[in-house]
Amino acid sequence: MPVILDARGLCKNFGAVTAAAEVNAAIERDSVVGLIGTNGAGKTTFINMITGYLKPDRGSIEFEGRDITPLAPRDITRLGICRSFQIPQLYSSLSVFDNMMVALGVVLANAGRGGFFSRGHPLVPGFEAPAEEAAERLLERFGLAEYRDRNAQALPGGVRKLLDIALAMVARPRILLLDEPTSGVSAAEKFGIMQMVLDGVRAEGATVLFVEHDMEVVSRFAQRVLAFYDGRIIADAVPQVALADPEVKRYVVGRHA
Amino acid sequence: MRDRTTLLVCVILALLLIGGPFIPQWAMFIVTIAFAQGLVALGLMLLLRAGLVSFGQALYYCLGAYAAGALGRFLGIADIFVQMLAGALVAGVAAFVLGFLLAKYRGIFFGLLSLALSMILYGLLVKNEALGSTDGFNILPSKLFGVRPGAEWVRYAVMASAAVVSLLLALVVHRYLRTPLGRLAPAIKDNEIRVEYMGASARYAVHVKYVIAAVLAGVGGALAATTVGHIDPEMAFWTTSGEFIFITILAGTGNVIAPFAGALLYGAIRTTAYDLSPNTWQLSLGTALLLIIVFLPEGFWSLFKRHARHS
Repeated sequence: MPVILDARGLCKNFGAVTAAAEVNAAIERDSVVGLIGTNGAGKTTFINMITGYLKPDRGSIEFEGRDITPLAPRDITRLGICRSFQIPQLYSSLSVFDNMMVALGVVLANAGRGGFFSRGHPLVPGFEAPAEEAAERLLERFGLAEYRDRNAQALPGGVRKLLDIALAMVARPRILLLDEPTSGVSAAEKFGIMQMVLDGVRAEGATVLFVEHDMEVVSRFAQRVLAFYDGRIIADAVPQVALADPEVKRYVVGRHA
Repeated sequence: MRDRTTLLVCVILALLLIGGPFIPQWAMFIVTIAFAQGLVALGLMLLLRAGLVSFGQALYYCLGAYAAGALGRFLGIADIFVQMLAGALVAGVAAFVLGFLLAKYRGIFFGLLSLALSMILYGLLVKNEALGSTDGFNILPSKLFGVRPGAEWVRYAVMASAAVVSLLLALVVHRYLRTPLGRLAPAIKDNEIRVEYMGASARYAVHVKYVIAAVLAGVGGALAATTVGHIDPEMAFWTTSGEFIFITILAGTGNVIAPFAGALLYGAIRTTAYDLSPNTWQLSLGTALLLIIVFLPEGFWSLFKRHARHS
């Protein structure tokens, strides 16, 4: 499998705290990678560096052979690297449907469609449908159709998570980064959400990196695991191997696992 | 729900053009000033939808007025459409330049920075002898396509021109609000992080809105100048900006017609208040604003919306 994302020698310090120390990871196209580690181990920092929210002190990130390290978040997004957030980032005064419409509008605008002088209903690239139809389709796929007209502020936790992920999917990402997609979601819902997301993503053919604390979810959905500890990757293998690693057991999974 | 804005605009325009000659001169004056102020409020509405309040929109109102005035004073041009075009251009260019600074700021910083800029213009005009200092100067009598209308037709000609231009601009803004960039306004207000992570630039969107708002204010200023026939630095003073915010809050952000109706209502409240108690009219005005904010926080336009939702 060819490498789509290549992080080399990433270092990041916040004062005395080391959030990334020589992080190296080559992510293969169409793979599903789980990022694990205790809080403060450097998982979110890794995601934030890939998406341009944080700039590494040293090291570089290449996306399909192109150095994206210096780019702004919106430019990285435009290249096809999209993310969801640990705390869902929604448009809380808008309805679920309007949240999708705003997102689809940005995709249209970035494709140079739907401007002031355009006529009729321009087609959203990737969906080959007008924005309204694309929105309905996505809501359906992510099980959000019944919440269509609800205000985003008044949604249950799991639904907020799904909407956050659906918003990230609007631009048809090549790489999707999910920061704790199942946190704050009941144990019963976790598998359903992950299954729905991965089904949706696989239909589009995207690479997925997800941060997860539930090892059952990780071993079931990830093809590969990156285990973080103290800003370093201490294990990089298929789930069965990584989760059995003594260091991972000691620092990440904990005794009881 | 079908959108009736275009129809509504056409009806208002037709009523004004046909019925205009039959209303008294003072009413024409009030309607024209309402269009001028409504244009500024329309721009403020665009910004307010993105969560931005400019306490200094009088800057562009005043620039537009002085651009129109300078045309007559230095070049002898008094054509009303040329005046409005000049007002739009000067305000637009100024906002384009200042926008690089302002588009970075949000909330109270955006508000106070815009206030500061308008007060700088006020200070400059007060000190400028060539532009009449604190007294300002008179505008040449308005012309229409190079022709000076007969005395009894001037007010009508100005009002008709104001109506055509203002309502056309309202339709342009209405259309803009439906483009992806226009739709981004509430998103910027809610969550800029998400806007960036969808691949859009909030700063660019704010810059564009800021320039559009300034152009509208510039046209409004030129219109006010030619209607009143006199301009002075008070047009850039912060109380003038306050009036525009008053109108915007009064109207609400529901529809592009609302700012014009709001300006008309503002004029009515102010005139009535002045009529009832010349010494304490601000008290009545303040009470009116208080009542609007308490009972109709989304402006009086929300009355129509509420009705539509129930029916």
